[in-house]
Amino acid sequence: MKIYADNAATTKMSRTAIEAMLPYMSEIYGNPSSLHSEGQAAAEALSDARERIAKRLGCTAREIIFTSGGSEADNQAIITAAKMGEKKGKKHIVSTAFEHHAVLHALEALEKQGFEVTLLDIHDNGIVTADDVKNAIRPDTCLVTVMYANNEIGTVQPIGEIGAVCREAGVLFHTDAVQAAGHLEIDVIKENIDMLSLSAHKFHGPKGIGVLYAKKGIILQNLIYGGAQERGKRAGTENIPAIMGMAAAFDEACDKIEANSAKLCKLRDRLIEGLLSIPHSILNGDAEKRLPGNVNVCFEGIEGESLLLLLDDKGVAASSGSACTSGSLDPSHVLLALGRPHEVAHGSLRLSLCEENTAEEVEYIIEAVRDVVSLLRGMSPVWRDLESGKKEFILK
Amino acid sequence: MALYSEKVMDHFRNPRNVGVIENADGVGEVGNAKCGDIMKIYLKIENDVIVDVKFETFGCGSAIASSSMATEMIKGKPISEALGLTNKAVTEALDGLPAQKIHCSVLAEEAVKSAVKDYYDKNGIIYDCKLFHDCATCEHCHH
Repeated sequence: MKIYADNAATTKMSRTAIEAMLPYMSEIYGNPSSLHSEGQAAAEALSDARERIAKRLGCTAREIIFTSGGSEADNQAIITAAKMGEKKGKKHIVSTAFEHHAVLHALEALEKQGFEVTLLDIHDNGIVTADDVKNAIRPDTCLVTVMYANNEIGTVQPIGEIGAVCREAGVLFHTDAVQAAGHLEIDVIKENIDMLSLSAHKFHGPKGIGVLYAKKGIILQNLIYGGAQERGKRAGTENIPAIMGMAAAFDEACDKIEANSAKLCKLRDRLIEGLLSIPHSILNGDAEKRLPGNVNVCFEGIEGESLLLLLDDKGVAASSGSACTSGSLDPSHVLLALGRPHEVAHGSLRLSLCEENTAEEVEYIIEAVRDVVSLLRGMSPVWRDLESGKKEFILK
Repeated sequence: MALYSEKVMDHFRNPRNVGVIENADGVGEVGNAKCGDIMKIYLKIENDVIVDVKFETFGCGSAIASSSMATEMIKGKPISEALGLTNKAVTEALDGLPAQKIHCSVLAEEAVKSAVKDYYDKNGIIYDCKLFHDCATCEHCHH
């Protein structure tokens, strides 16, 4: 059996997205900046895609910039807000400790340029509150950036409430909605979002393409200089096939949000229930305020990479926040921010489902994880010490 | 997965000498759970020869494979040979490890040495301290 349960990393492209792209590779291949009819046909498609995406987010087409993906959109949003703030002498930014590295590392770069960054701690349930944000905002705050939903533990943040707080304080509000777009209803007007990043490959679209929404009036700072594409704010010939694929995938995902969510929440909750029946395990993040397909559990006494490798042998593709998989000595900053001790964070497992996963697959995953955890615990000196009472269990 | 050689995957999937030796003559434990790697090696020694060896490991695929390989390399060998086991030899026997995983082979070497040291200490055998360096000072683990 082959089960792909790593949809938070990336998704399989949908048939709809692939078919939407194909004509723009071989038939309508003109450069939208060209005056001839081949170019203008591409320009029309580009404009149509922009309109459709804008409509789904509740903004206007002029407020949509196409980027190479979520990371670029995050960087451009943050650097834009920083430049705008700097002009007014405002050099303080509020964010959270569990943002994606595209946000955290952009903020670190700004710190080196004299900006001050407040990273809010998350609560035990993996959520920051609007009050936390409100209390952190200062007269010199130029930006609040809080992710819509966390990529590892799937917790959904109170974006509408945070947006309201920022609007009241007159501070720009950006949200990294890479994990949320196409999976949760988003309305940038209602939620007072000034800037938003999304990435197509998280909702069955192509890789290498994303969107930065920036509310009218925000003067975007270029990251790439060159031609006049994207109203001069992002140079480079537009990746029309990818943009068309993204627009089609986004339309499809948004149309199915309710149906997919209903199906996925059921699968997710059964998976969580099954995994938590393994002793000395814990769910990371709120059980309800989480993405429909996200499951993230820690198992005491084992390490995540070996868990992933053995699950891969059983045909299950998953991910972990262990140090070995992060390429550093520290386990996931998200799990540490959640307050998990290092030794527990190393034993984390993230399973992210999509609407193609089935109830049978979920049962198979539960059994596979149960087998692998028990095998690894059987050869773990940490587990032996815990079981023999030499050390105390952290997870009861 | 192409991350590891076939040899590493073989030793990871079918680890040799997993387990515990009750009343072992020497036990060595290195690494710490905070870093995500702990290796424990148990030795049964007769007439200066390692007649049996078992290991337990908490860690990634290459940590499990490194300990498995190290136990295979010292089983049935005189202590002097076990003390000569280097992380390089373990890495080579595994057909290489990714650069960021070399520390797993270092841990395997240290676990073997630590078990021998424990045997020496328990039996009042005099040895040269320079043979063993304390894992706590190992630069591979910063916590």
